[in-house]
Amino acid sequence: MFSPISPIHYLFVGIVLFVTGLICLVTKRNIIAILIGVELILNAANINLVAFSSPVLFTGQVAPLRLDGQIFALFVMILAAAEAAVALAIALHFYSRFGTVDVDRGDSLKG
Amino acid sequence: MMGFDAMAIFFWLFAVVACAGALIVVVSRNIVRAAVGLIVSLFGVALLFFLAGAEFLGAMQLMIYVGGTVVLLAFGVMLTARTLFLRMSTTADQWLVAILLALPLTVILIQAALSYSPFHGGQPSIERTAEKSSATSVRPITITELGMALLGFRENGQNSEAVTLFRGNQGYLLPFELISVHLLVVLIGAAYLARRGVPKTMASSDAASVSDLGPGSTD
Repeated sequence: MFSPISPIHYLFVGIVLFVTGLICLVTKRNIIAILIGVELILNAANINLVAFSSPVLFTGQVAPLRLDGQIFALFVMILAAAEAAVALAIALHFYSRFGTVDVDRGDSLKG
Repeated sequence: MMGFDAMAIFFWLFAVVACAGALIVVVSRNIVRAAVGLIVSLFGVALLFFLAGAEFLGAMQLMIYVGGTVVLLAFGVMLTARTLFLRMSTTADQWLVAILLALPLTVILIQAALSYSPFHGGQPSIERTAEKSSATSVRPITITELGMALLGFRENGQNSEAVTLFRGNQGYLLPFELISVHLLVVLIGAAYLARRGVPKTMASSDAASVSDLGPGSTD
Protein backbone atom coordinates (compact mmCIF):
# COMPACT_ATOMS: atom_id res chain seq x y z
CA MET A 1 0.00 0.00 0.00
CA PHE A 2 2.79 2.41 0.78
CA SER A 3 5.70 1.49 -1.37
CA PRO A 4 4.91 1.58 -5.10
CA ILE A 5 3.45 4.98 -5.70
CA SER A 6 0.51 4.60 -8.03
CA PRO A 7 -1.87 7.23 -9.44
CA ILE A 8 -4.29 6.39 -6.65
CA HIS A 9 -1.97 7.98 -4.10
CA TYR A 10 -2.13 11.17 -6.12
CA LEU A 11 -5.90 10.83 -6.26
CA PHE A 12 -6.03 10.86 -2.48
CA VAL A 13 -3.99 14.04 -2.32
CA GLY A 14 -6.45 15.47 -4.82
CA ILE A 15 -9.37 14.41 -2.62
CA VAL A 16 -7.86 16.17 0.39
CA LEU A 17 -7.30 19.37 -1.57
CA PHE A 18 -10.76 19.28 -3.14
CA VAL A 19 -12.60 18.75 0.13
CA THR A 20 -10.58 21.39 1.97
CA GLY A 21 -11.20 23.81 -0.88
CA LEU A 22 -14.91 23.11 -0.73
CA ILE A 23 -15.00 23.63 3.03
CA CYS A 24 -13.08 26.86 2.58
CA LEU A 25 -15.58 27.92 -0.07
CA VAL A 26 -18.55 27.29 2.22
CA THR A 27 -17.30 28.51 5.57
CA LYS A 28 -15.41 31.67 4.69
CA ARG A 29 -17.23 34.89 4.01
CA ASN A 30 -14.22 36.92 2.95
CA ILE A 31 -14.19 37.12 -0.84
CA ILE A 32 -10.42 36.62 -0.97
CA ALA A 33 -10.70 33.49 1.15
CA ILE A 34 -13.34 32.17 -1.23
CA LEU A 35 -10.90 32.73 -4.08
CA ILE A 36 -8.28 30.76 -2.16
CA GLY A 37 -10.76 27.89 -1.87
CA VAL A 38 -11.36 28.00 -5.62
CA GLU A 39 -7.61 27.81 -6.22
CA LEU A 40 -7.40 24.73 -4.01
CA ILE A 41 -10.17 23.02 -5.97
CA LEU A 42 -8.48 23.79 -9.28
CA ASN A 43 -5.24 22.36 -7.92
CA ALA A 44 -7.03 19.17 -6.94
CA ALA A 45 -8.17 18.79 -10.53
CA ASN A 46 -4.63 19.46 -11.73
CA ILE A 47 -3.22 16.76 -9.48
CA ASN A 48 -5.61 14.24 -10.97
CA LEU A 49 -4.75 15.26 -14.52
CA VAL A 50 -1.02 15.01 -13.88
CA ALA A 51 -1.38 11.68 -12.10
CA PHE A 52 -3.27 10.12 -14.99
CA SER A 53 -0.80 11.48 -17.52
CA SER A 54 2.39 10.65 -15.65
CA PRO A 55 4.72 8.19 -17.37
CA VAL A 56 6.49 7.22 -14.15
CA LEU A 57 3.49 6.37 -11.98
CA PHE A 58 1.99 3.67 -14.17
CA THR A 59 3.79 0.37 -13.83
CA GLY A 60 2.88 -1.45 -16.97
CA GLN A 61 -0.79 -2.25 -16.44
CA VAL A 62 -2.35 0.68 -18.21
CA ALA A 63 -0.81 3.24 -20.48
CA PRO A 64 -0.86 6.74 -19.08
CA LEU A 65 -2.57 9.56 -20.88
CA ARG A 66 0.84 11.16 -21.39
CA LEU A 67 0.52 14.43 -23.22
CA ASP A 68 -3.18 15.23 -22.99
CA GLY A 69 -3.37 15.41 -19.22
CA GLN A 70 -0.39 17.71 -18.96
CA ILE A 71 -1.74 20.08 -21.58
CA PHE A 72 -5.12 20.20 -19.89
CA ALA A 73 -3.41 20.91 -16.58
CA LEU A 74 -1.52 23.72 -18.27
CA PHE A 75 -4.77 25.20 -19.57
CA VAL A 76 -6.31 24.92 -16.11
CA MET A 77 -3.37 26.85 -14.67
CA ILE A 78 -3.69 29.64 -17.23
CA LEU A 79 -7.43 29.88 -16.71
CA ALA A 80 -6.93 29.96 -12.95
CA ALA A 81 -4.58 32.90 -13.30
CA ALA A 82 -7.09 34.71 -15.52
CA GLU A 83 -9.89 33.91 -13.08
CA ALA A 84 -7.87 35.25 -10.18
CA ALA A 85 -7.20 38.49 -12.04
CA VAL A 86 -10.86 39.09 -12.89
CA ALA A 87 -12.05 38.03 -9.46
CA LEU A 88 -9.57 40.34 -7.80
CA ALA A 89 -10.86 43.20 -9.93
CA ILE A 90 -14.40 42.33 -8.90
CA ALA A 91 -13.33 42.13 -5.26
CA LEU A 92 -11.74 45.58 -5.44
CA HIS A 93 -14.88 46.94 -7.04
CA PHE A 94 -16.98 45.25 -4.38
CA TYR A 95 -14.82 46.77 -1.68
CA SER A 96 -14.99 50.26 -3.11
CA ARG A 97 -18.77 49.95 -3.40
CA PHE A 98 -19.73 48.32 -0.13
CA GLY A 99 -16.73 49.13 2.02
CA THR A 100 -16.25 45.51 3.03
CA VAL A 101 -15.23 42.20 1.53
CA ASP A 102 -17.94 40.25 3.32
CA VAL A 103 -19.91 38.57 0.57
CA ASP A 104 -23.06 38.53 2.69
CA ARG A 105 -23.21 42.30 2.38
CA GLY A 106 -23.59 42.17 -1.37
CA ASP A 107 -27.36 41.77 -1.28
CA SER A 108 -28.42 44.70 -3.42
CA LEU A 109 -30.32 42.45 -5.80
CA LYS A 110 -32.42 40.97 -3.03
CA GLY A 111 -36.02 41.81 -3.69
CA MET B 1 12.74 -4.85 4.47
CA MET B 2 11.44 -3.58 1.20
CA GLY B 3 14.45 -1.47 0.49
CA PHE B 4 15.01 2.21 0.21
CA ASP B 5 12.22 3.51 -1.93
CA ALA B 6 13.10 7.14 -2.52
CA MET B 7 10.01 7.74 -4.62
CA ALA B 8 7.67 6.69 -1.83
CA ILE B 9 9.52 8.69 0.79
CA PHE B 10 9.48 11.84 -1.28
CA PHE B 11 5.86 11.31 -2.24
CA TRP B 12 4.71 11.13 1.35
CA LEU B 13 6.84 14.11 2.25
CA PHE B 14 5.40 16.24 -0.55
CA ALA B 15 1.87 14.99 0.01
CA VAL B 16 2.07 15.96 3.67
CA VAL B 17 3.30 19.42 2.64
CA ALA B 18 0.42 19.88 0.18
CA CYS B 19 -2.26 18.61 2.56
CA ALA B 20 -0.89 20.56 5.52
CA GLY B 21 -1.06 23.78 3.51
CA ALA B 22 -4.64 23.05 2.54
CA LEU B 23 -5.55 22.36 6.16
CA ILE B 24 -3.92 25.63 7.23
CA VAL B 25 -6.13 27.41 4.71
CA VAL B 26 -9.27 25.90 6.17
CA VAL B 27 -8.43 26.16 9.85
CA SER B 28 -6.89 29.62 9.99
CA ARG B 29 -9.16 32.51 10.79
CA ASN B 30 -6.62 35.02 9.55
CA ILE B 31 -6.70 35.84 5.86
CA VAL B 32 -2.96 36.41 5.68
CA ARG B 33 -2.29 33.02 7.21
CA ALA B 34 -4.71 31.44 4.77
CA ALA B 35 -2.74 32.96 1.89
CA VAL B 36 0.49 31.60 3.34
CA GLY B 37 -1.14 28.19 3.70
CA LEU B 38 -2.13 28.38 0.04
CA ILE B 39 1.49 29.08 -0.89
CA VAL B 40 2.63 26.03 1.09
CA SER B 41 -0.03 23.86 -0.51
CA LEU B 42 0.78 25.03 -4.04
CA PHE B 43 4.47 24.45 -3.41
CA GLY B 44 3.76 20.90 -2.29
CA VAL B 45 1.65 20.32 -5.39
CA ALA B 46 4.50 21.61 -7.57
CA LEU B 47 6.87 19.17 -5.89
CA LEU B 48 4.37 16.39 -6.55
CA PHE B 49 4.36 17.41 -10.21
CA PHE B 50 8.13 17.17 -10.32
CA LEU B 51 7.93 13.73 -8.74
CA ALA B 52 5.37 12.56 -11.29
CA GLY B 53 7.64 13.42 -14.18
CA ALA B 54 5.84 16.62 -15.16
CA GLU B 55 8.79 18.95 -14.78
CA PHE B 56 7.48 21.67 -17.05
CA LEU B 57 4.16 21.69 -15.26
CA GLY B 58 5.90 21.88 -11.90
CA ALA B 59 7.91 24.87 -13.05
CA MET B 60 4.77 26.49 -14.43
CA GLN B 61 3.00 25.80 -11.17
CA LEU B 62 5.73 27.64 -9.30
CA MET B 63 5.80 30.52 -11.77
CA ILE B 64 2.12 31.04 -12.51
CA TYR B 65 0.51 30.00 -9.25
CA VAL B 66 3.05 30.79 -6.56
CA GLY B 67 4.55 33.68 -8.47
CA GLY B 68 1.43 35.12 -10.05
CA THR B 69 -1.87 34.04 -8.60
CA VAL B 70 -0.83 34.12 -4.96
CA VAL B 71 0.77 37.52 -5.44
CA LEU B 72 -2.53 38.71 -6.90
CA LEU B 73 -4.36 37.32 -3.89
CA ALA B 74 -1.87 38.95 -1.54
CA PHE B 75 -2.48 42.26 -3.28
CA GLY B 76 -6.19 41.65 -2.87
CA VAL B 77 -5.69 41.08 0.84
CA MET B 78 -3.61 44.21 1.19
CA LEU B 79 -6.02 46.37 -0.78
CA THR B 80 -9.14 45.20 0.98
CA ALA B 81 -8.06 44.51 4.56
CA ARG B 82 -8.85 47.36 6.84
CA THR B 83 -6.64 46.19 9.63
CA LEU B 84 -3.42 44.29 9.37
CA PHE B 85 -4.79 41.07 10.78
CA LEU B 86 -8.23 40.67 9.38
CA ARG B 87 -10.20 38.11 11.32
CA MET B 88 -12.76 35.90 9.69
CA SER B 89 -15.61 34.62 11.78
CA THR B 90 -17.40 31.43 10.93
CA THR B 91 -20.69 30.64 12.53
CA ALA B 92 -21.78 27.21 13.67
CA ASP B 93 -24.42 26.75 10.99
CA GLN B 94 -21.83 27.42 8.32
CA TRP B 95 -19.68 24.66 9.74
CA LEU B 96 -22.75 22.42 9.81
CA VAL B 97 -23.43 23.04 6.13
CA ALA B 98 -19.76 22.50 5.34
CA ILE B 99 -19.65 19.17 7.15
CA LEU B 100 -22.92 18.06 5.60
CA LEU B 101 -21.43 18.82 2.19
CA ALA B 102 -17.91 17.56 2.78
CA LEU B 103 -18.55 14.23 4.48
CA PRO B 104 -20.69 12.59 1.77
CA LEU B 105 -18.44 14.07 -0.90
CA THR B 106 -15.37 12.60 0.78
CA VAL B 107 -16.97 9.18 0.96
CA ILE B 108 -18.00 9.32 -2.69
CA LEU B 109 -14.59 10.50 -3.85
CA ILE B 110 -12.73 7.84 -1.87
CA GLN B 111 -14.99 5.17 -3.31
CA ALA B 112 -14.42 6.52 -6.80
CA ALA B 113 -10.66 6.57 -6.28
CA LEU B 114 -10.57 3.06 -4.88
CA SER B 115 -12.65 1.73 -7.75
CA TYR B 116 -9.97 2.84 -10.18
CA SER B 117 -9.20 -0.43 -11.92
CA PRO B 118 -5.36 -0.58 -12.01
CA PHE B 119 -5.33 -0.57 -8.24
CA HIS B 120 -7.10 -3.91 -8.27
CA GLY B 121 -5.21 -5.21 -11.25
CA GLY B 122 -8.37 -5.10 -13.34
CA GLN B 123 -8.59 -4.74 -17.05
CA PRO B 124 -8.24 -1.26 -18.44
CA SER B 125 -11.22 0.05 -20.28
CA ILE B 126 -9.10 1.78 -22.86
CA GLU B 127 -7.77 -0.34 -25.69
CA ARG B 128 -4.12 -0.21 -24.75
CA THR B 129 -2.26 -3.31 -23.81
CA ALA B 130 0.62 -3.75 -21.44
CA GLU B 131 3.26 -4.41 -24.08
CA LYS B 132 2.51 -1.16 -25.79
CA SER B 133 2.41 0.81 -22.62
CA SER B 134 5.68 -0.57 -21.29
CA ALA B 135 7.46 0.91 -24.26
CA THR B 136 5.80 4.29 -24.09
CA SER B 137 5.47 4.71 -20.37
CA VAL B 138 9.17 4.82 -19.63
CA ARG B 139 9.78 7.56 -22.14
CA PRO B 140 9.48 10.89 -20.37
CA ILE B 141 7.34 13.69 -21.67
CA THR B 142 9.61 16.38 -22.99
CA ILE B 143 8.91 20.05 -23.39
CA THR B 144 9.34 19.57 -27.14
CA GLU B 145 6.25 17.38 -27.23
CA LEU B 146 4.27 19.87 -25.20
CA GLY B 147 5.29 22.79 -27.38
CA MET B 148 4.69 20.92 -30.61
CA ALA B 149 1.26 19.85 -29.38
CA LEU B 150 0.39 23.48 -28.70
CA LEU B 151 1.44 24.28 -32.26
CA GLY B 152 -0.81 21.62 -33.75
CA PHE B 153 1.61 18.74 -33.99
CA ARG B 154 0.86 15.98 -31.56
CA GLU B 155 2.96 12.96 -30.83
CA ASN B 156 1.59 9.59 -31.72
CA GLY B 157 2.29 7.97 -28.41
CA GLN B 158 0.15 4.91 -28.77
CA ASN B 159 1.75 2.65 -31.29
CA SER B 160 5.48 3.00 -31.08
CA GLU B 161 8.29 4.15 -28.86
CA ALA B 162 9.55 6.54 -31.51
CA VAL B 163 8.35 10.09 -31.37
CA THR B 164 6.37 10.45 -34.55
CA LEU B 165 4.78 13.80 -35.08
CA PHE B 166 2.02 14.16 -37.56
CA ARG B 167 -0.14 16.98 -38.70
CA GLY B 168 -3.76 16.41 -37.90
CA ASN B 169 -6.68 17.47 -35.82
CA GLN B 170 -5.21 16.06 -32.64
CA GLY B 171 -3.12 19.05 -31.80
CA TYR B 172 -4.00 21.87 -29.48
CA LEU B 173 -3.58 24.82 -31.80
CA LEU B 174 -7.18 26.00 -31.54
CA PRO B 175 -7.34 25.91 -27.71
CA PHE B 176 -3.99 27.66 -27.66
CA GLU B 177 -5.32 30.48 -29.83
CA LEU B 178 -8.56 30.65 -27.86
CA ILE B 179 -6.72 30.95 -24.59
CA SER B 180 -4.54 33.70 -26.02
CA VAL B 181 -7.61 35.73 -26.95
CA HIS B 182 -9.11 34.87 -23.58
CA LEU B 183 -6.08 36.23 -21.77
CA LEU B 184 -6.31 39.44 -23.78
CA VAL B 185 -9.98 39.83 -22.88
CA VAL B 186 -9.18 39.14 -19.24
CA LEU B 187 -6.43 41.75 -19.28
CA ILE B 188 -8.76 44.41 -20.66
CA GLY B 189 -11.67 43.37 -18.48
CA ALA B 190 -9.66 43.31 -15.28
CA ALA B 191 -8.14 46.69 -16.03
CA TYR B 192 -11.61 48.06 -16.74
CA LEU B 193 -13.19 46.59 -13.63
CA ALA B 194 -10.41 47.55 -11.24
CA ARG B 195 -10.45 51.20 -12.16
CA ARG B 196 -10.57 53.55 -9.29
CA GLY B 197 -14.05 54.69 -8.39
CA VAL B 198 -17.46 53.52 -9.43
CA PRO B 199 -18.58 53.70 -13.07
CA LYS B 200 -20.96 56.50 -13.82
CA THR B 201 -23.97 54.40 -14.66
CA MET B 202 -23.80 52.48 -11.41
CA ALA B 203 -22.99 55.57 -9.36
CA SER B 204 -25.94 57.55 -10.70
CA SER B 205 -28.39 54.73 -10.19
CA ASP B 206 -27.37 53.96 -6.65
CA ALA B 207 -25.63 57.07 -5.41
CA ALA B 208 -27.21 57.10 -1.98
CA SER B 209 -26.18 53.63 -0.95
CA VAL B 210 -22.68 54.15 -2.29
CA SER B 211 -22.21 57.25 -0.19
CA ASP B 212 -23.58 55.41 2.82
CA LEU B 213 -21.30 52.45 2.41
CA GLY B 214 -18.08 54.21 1.66
CA PRO B 215 -14.78 52.88 2.85
CA GLY B 216 -15.08 54.83 6.06
CA SER B 217 -18.27 53.15 7.21
CA THR B 218 -18.21 50.25 9.58
CA ASP B 219 -19.81 46.92 8.99
